[in-house]
Amino acid sequence: MCRLFAITSDNPLSPMKAIEALDVMREGHDGSGVGLFLRDLGGPFENMKDAPIMSGIFSEKGLRRLDAFMMEIGFMSKYKLSVKAPKTPPHGTPKRDIYLIRAYEYPEEWDGLSRKELHERLLIIRLQLLEMGEDKKDMIVFSFWPDTIMIKEIGNPMDVANYLKLGRNELEARVIMAQGRQNTNYKINLYACHPFFIQGFSTMTNGENTAFIPIREYLTSRGFHGYMGYQSDSEIFTHILHYIFTKLGLGIEAYKHIITPLQNEDLKDHPNAFFLKQLKHSCRRLITDGPNCIIGCLPDNTLFMAQDRKKLRPGVVGGKQGVFALSSEICGLDAALPDRDKSKDFQPMHLDTAIVNTERQEVKICRQTDQLSLPV
Amino acid sequence: MSSNRPIVPSSLSVKDLPWQIIWDKDKCTLCGKCTAVCPVNAIELGVFRKRTIKTSIGLESTPSSDFKIYYGIRQKTDPAYSCVGCAMCNLVCPNDAIIPAKSDEADKLRFHINQGGQPRRRGGRRSTRDSLLDMIKFIRISMLTDPALDAGRHEFELTTLLGRILSPEENLSFLNENGWIPPVREIYPLMIGGMSFGALSPNMWEGLQLGVSYLNEELSMPVRICTGEGGCPPRLLRSRFLKYVILQIASGYFGWDEIIHALPDMKEDPCAIEIKYGQGGKPGDGGLLMWYKVNKLIAAIRGVPTGVTLPSPPTHQTQYSIEESVAKMIQSMSMAWGFRVPVYPKISATSTALAVLNNLTRNPYAAGLAIDGEDGGTGAAYNVSMNHMGHPIASNIRDSYLNLVKIGMQNEIPLIAGGGIGKNGNLSANSAALIMLGASGVQIGKYIMQAAAGCLGSETDRCNICNIGLCPKGITSQDPRLYRRLDVDEVAQRVVDVFLSFDTELKKIVAPLGRSTSLPIGMSDAIGINDYNAANRLAIKYVV
Repeated sequence: MCRLFAITSDNPLSPMKAIEALDVMREGHDGSGVGLFLRDLGGPFENMKDAPIMSGIFSEKGLRRLDAFMMEIGFMSKYKLSVKAPKTPPHGTPKRDIYLIRAYEYPEEWDGLSRKELHERLLIIRLQLLEMGEDKKDMIVFSFWPDTIMIKEIGNPMDVANYLKLGRNELEARVIMAQGRQNTNYKINLYACHPFFIQGFSTMTNGENTAFIPIREYLTSRGFHGYMGYQSDSEIFTHILHYIFTKLGLGIEAYKHIITPLQNEDLKDHPNAFFLKQLKHSCRRLITDGPNCIIGCLPDNTLFMAQDRKKLRPGVVGGKQGVFALSSEICGLDAALPDRDKSKDFQPMHLDTAIVNTERQEVKICRQTDQLSLPV
Repeated sequence: MSSNRPIVPSSLSVKDLPWQIIWDKDKCTLCGKCTAVCPVNAIELGVFRKRTIKTSIGLESTPSSDFKIYYGIRQKTDPAYSCVGCAMCNLVCPNDAIIPAKSDEADKLRFHINQGGQPRRRGGRRSTRDSLLDMIKFIRISMLTDPALDAGRHEFELTTLLGRILSPEENLSFLNENGWIPPVREIYPLMIGGMSFGALSPNMWEGLQLGVSYLNEELSMPVRICTGEGGCPPRLLRSRFLKYVILQIASGYFGWDEIIHALPDMKEDPCAIEIKYGQGGKPGDGGLLMWYKVNKLIAAIRGVPTGVTLPSPPTHQTQYSIEESVAKMIQSMSMAWGFRVPVYPKISATSTALAVLNNLTRNPYAAGLAIDGEDGGTGAAYNVSMNHMGHPIASNIRDSYLNLVKIGMQNEIPLIAGGGIGKNGNLSANSAALIMLGASGVQIGKYIMQAAAGCLGSETDRCNICNIGLCPKGITSQDPRLYRRLDVDEVAQRVVDVFLSFDTELKKIVAPLGRSTSLPIGMSDAIGINDYNAANRLAIKYVV
């Protein structure tokens, strides 16, 4: 089973904070891999919030191909965080040439592009690189997005973190998500490792999504090139989140109404019953069947946690003003924030979405039976 | 027959018939119930002369013959009166003295059952017990990584949608702009398919309607029943129970005069309108109600004279293209009920189904597509249509679903599968398999006749005389002496039994797959088959 940990803090934190929490929860995962997602970066990235950052793993040859490709389309390197790994990787971790975290300057001709167009183009570049990497097996690209770093590797999270020296000063962020397991349902593939990312949206999931195949079919038939991959059944949670924000114009409070709509019995008493019934019908193919605990991050760096209808996976949210964490288990929360008021810890149940925005003042609980603040 | 007499080509012996009556002289009480009940008069009172030879020991008296008479049952060999194997004789016999037995070799009757140049017509299904649906297994069992669910105690929501569902984008924009949102019904995925008032006896029809109403009103199961092409009794049209009914219109338009006239008095809209273009039992052939069954009541509801055979044309005579068909029928039916009722076509499974489906995708009023496979049953059809015409349902549904996936409309046009579901008794497994291949729901007809009313018909050609109004169980007869055998309330009770047990079995299938919050439509990763070619054709797993 996966273990998840996410933290949002006024002051930038080292990703080791999350890795340590994962380590405390190690009884709950098999130590087969780690995925990290960092947003609202501190350190040297603090002053380049708009610069797109490439995160991935490259062979020497792959890096040369990347450089040639980026040069060709006019991207210039702006800042590079070199991760020079020791010669011998820890047990289970393959030897790689380069773990790349590199910020770029946009090409001049991109000046004046609308935000939407910019986001489209960044996605297309990531997908192109992904395809190039698939061909020659020399590059793995996790994200190419402003103010975002992703690191994924096979192996025990703590060992991998030490091996990659993730405790270094240059690497810190205000929003961190970490997941402690390589997807082992299928052949090991880093593209199956959570968190998943698309255009500023990211999620990681604990559990198996039994409705994966019909949902994958539905997403891939939406006619949007970004809905691809699906090495893991959990990737659909990221794409559904992206879909309801960008294609349907709905917000996070609608997320659970899409993936786990209210049952008819509860729906009929809801203040937005008509709207929700319509949503339930037209988004029927996006209903997930769990069991899943989902932790995600929105483009505005809001973190959230939601449970599926069955609520069979653990999940807890807690913290104090300025810093909140979302964790699979309470021991993870204890390790990261021992001095919080534990009586205020909240474990979202089958109707809840727990939301912590970047003001970091409170955990907002959005219950599915509550009235929606949608313009409907 | 004497041995020196000439015989005619169709002179058959009892051995040549598909069924031989085994009669036990010792047990028979000569009560005559069997000969009275036999629907086809295959047996009659027989007077048998028997010679006994008496020989004595010694030479004093000479041997002599003695002749005795005894009475019993004689089986007729005239093709017109051959035993259909229904075994009603056995059912009524107080002493179990009589039973029909299936011939141990292929009968010779089949070569002669066209006397007067009239090919065989019958009711029932295609004469084969093969079922690809039975071969499909549910292989994705939730183990540890995602706990299997408790079918008995977990909450389930396994309803389906019937109606044109908008894409999420369109739905939200229509909500904002006050656009027309097509009617959508949330219904149970197992429906009772179209069997007409006329094909079925009044008691059978009433029993089905009563059972369906009970399921809805007392058990909150939104089960729907289709009328078939034969109209609808006027009182039902004007009752609140109409909302559980799908009204069918087909090429004969039987009963629609009555329905149109009832429109102003309707308290409820019907669930939907099904436009029948074809059916699985006799693809490409129209409905057929033979004259035997057209009595006064049927004639009144259908608006026809009594005692005439009612063959519906194979196609709707006013239409010459699918575009016209869609434009004319779907829209005018929608309009008749103020665009509040879903209207969808039903076709025979065919290699041209995708052409129909693709056309429907472009019409915003089309509320779904029902496809009826080659194993579908019928009350009356030519034997050749039933046995040799039609397309299997599994690949037709799968192709249609994958076609919808390709164009991204798999949620917008529900597919309803029919034809041979549960033909070997595996109703829930067959239904679930079709749902996972892509059907939104399934329709049954023959199965409910067998399970709710004790229909004796079989794919090994037992009984199957639904067409001539002599149904020995009173299911498909219009003769009160026959249909009074069927108790309306008992039929309703069996309908409820069937749906409740189906519901439990469906949960027993989906719960171990880890599914409970929505019907697993198109969950093709959950199914497998041990036939490599079938697996490839259906794009499911090959498992051995």
